[in-house]
Amino acid sequence: MPRSVSHKKTVLVTGAAGSLAQRVIARLHDRYDIVAVDFRRKVETDAGIPSYKVDTYKRGFEDIFRNHRIDAVIHIGRMFAHESDRQRRYNANVLGTKKLLELCRKYGVGQVIIHSTYFVYGASAYNPALLDEDAPLKASEVTQDLVDSVELESLAQIYLWKYPELHITILRPCNVLGPGVRNTMSLLLSRPVVPVLIGFSPLMQFLHVDDMADAMVLAFEHNRPGIYNVAPDDWVAYQVAVQQCGCRRLPVPSIPPVLPKLISNALNWNAFFPPYLINYFKYPVIIDGRHFRETFGWRPRRNLNDIFSYYRKAKLLA
Amino acid sequence: MSTVDIFKQLASVNPGEALYRRLVTPEIEALFARIPKPVGSFGYDPWGYNENAAKLAVGIFRWLYEHYFRVTAHGLEHVPPQGRVLIVPNHSGQLPLDGVLIGYALATNPHGPRAARAMIERFFPTVPWLGNWLNAVGAVIGDPLNCSKMLEQEEAIIVFPEGVRGSGKLYKQRYQLQRFGNGFMHLALQHRAPIVPVGVVGCEETMPSFANIAPLARLLGLPYVPLGPLLPLPARVYLYFGEPMVFEGSAKSEEEVNARVEQVKERIRELIARGLKERQQIF
Repeated sequence: MPRSVSHKKTVLVTGAAGSLAQRVIARLHDRYDIVAVDFRRKVETDAGIPSYKVDTYKRGFEDIFRNHRIDAVIHIGRMFAHESDRQRRYNANVLGTKKLLELCRKYGVGQVIIHSTYFVYGASAYNPALLDEDAPLKASEVTQDLVDSVELESLAQIYLWKYPELHITILRPCNVLGPGVRNTMSLLLSRPVVPVLIGFSPLMQFLHVDDMADAMVLAFEHNRPGIYNVAPDDWVAYQVAVQQCGCRRLPVPSIPPVLPKLISNALNWNAFFPPYLINYFKYPVIIDGRHFRETFGWRPRRNLNDIFSYYRKAKLLA
Repeated sequence: MSTVDIFKQLASVNPGEALYRRLVTPEIEALFARIPKPVGSFGYDPWGYNENAAKLAVGIFRWLYEHYFRVTAHGLEHVPPQGRVLIVPNHSGQLPLDGVLIGYALATNPHGPRAARAMIERFFPTVPWLGNWLNAVGAVIGDPLNCSKMLEQEEAIIVFPEGVRGSGKLYKQRYQLQRFGNGFMHLALQHRAPIVPVGVVGCEETMPSFANIAPLARLLGLPYVPLGPLLPLPARVYLYFGEPMVFEGSAKSEEEVNARVEQVKERIRELIARGLKERQQIF
């Protein structure tokens, strides 16, 4: 069995095909042995990084734990709504994470970083601003399509309290943007024309993918288990952000509330303006990132203008 | 000048920009430069306050303040120029005009301008444009978490502890304080925030309500619908800011909190009584 002979720790990174995971791997791979996995494809990586295409909720996943002595897991891989149907997504995101955490227990993994999202708080008109980590997770109240995000979180939290030896750190970032990022918000702002709800321009927070990668690496190396929001101390209204990214606004009727959902469904905007996220373009979900910033001494190094200028320039080149 | 130049000049005139310059005068710009209010790189704060929108609002409300309601403000020197503070007035006049006028008075306070925050009803964010605009000029939904975090960030917050009980009361009940909620006192104790009591005189006469059309209110999902003038009448408004009240220690029971709330109510009653005595004319 090709057990690692070096004294370096071995870190398993899921979602390795994504731009955040690749940045995290790039930051870690000279100090750690990396094992990269993704459900989408076998990732081309630097020499010395074993890479697998595997579904975390299937049996073959355990072989990776058998073949490598995994010391830590950075769980970034997530199936987005536009990538599959609800059933498959639930399997991948919730059952896959459950399987992953079980394997971590079985093989004595000493540290787990879970990449969650601020979506779990839910966009509601009654939200106060600067939500703390202990605010209720109301996303499943808004839509069934976010149930998997909330359940993944609850699962990770149960393991966090029940098995402290796993040293679980849950990160809830705000919108992560930047080169190569394929999440809903990034796909949206890459488009020349972007839907906006008439009369609504909620405040939002944005984080550059490089800063998020730094945050994950810090959380991994300092190993302070817990739940943390990750967000900068800066805010901008959605419609201003849209314009700053060089997009033209497409006004969408917002009343009655069911209308924008119907429009999104009818025009198949699932990848960038999905019906289940409409509320996030209507009401603000502003999180307080102070706990993370103070615990890990982290500050984002790129400001909003740096983030938006990437989307502006990409449009000029197209 | 050639015709082309004239056209070029005409094309460069931006009516929006010109109107903005007329409303947001250099004095207003100078006021906002003095306001101790941190904002992010696009001029926003976490609650949606936006500097440019706030300037514009002050520009617009100046006419209302100076020419329509001809407001006289007394005791503005009692409002601390910086640091956390709760501004606690009586509420009246169906529409929250008293909040607007107090906000204007604080933003233009010669003793130190403040961008005050107001706590508003929870249905406002669901109203297109209005919700965003209210946030942009400093209003936020009255959630204790909002209030608490704002006090930690040294904001000045206007709280109407009477809520809709005060603003929606009938003309025959004018200048009678309704039941106060205790939330503001808990927050003041928790965050050691001074309370500036305010007596508002005149707003009761801007929109005398003779009855509440309750069935219509229920139908519209509103707290009340007054039977009275459709637009606010131009009554003169007098604002009396009292000396800051500081409450030490923590309350051991709700009864103790009630007793302190009574002290604040008593101060507001005195300020209102003074205002009514000094008032020469209603309109």
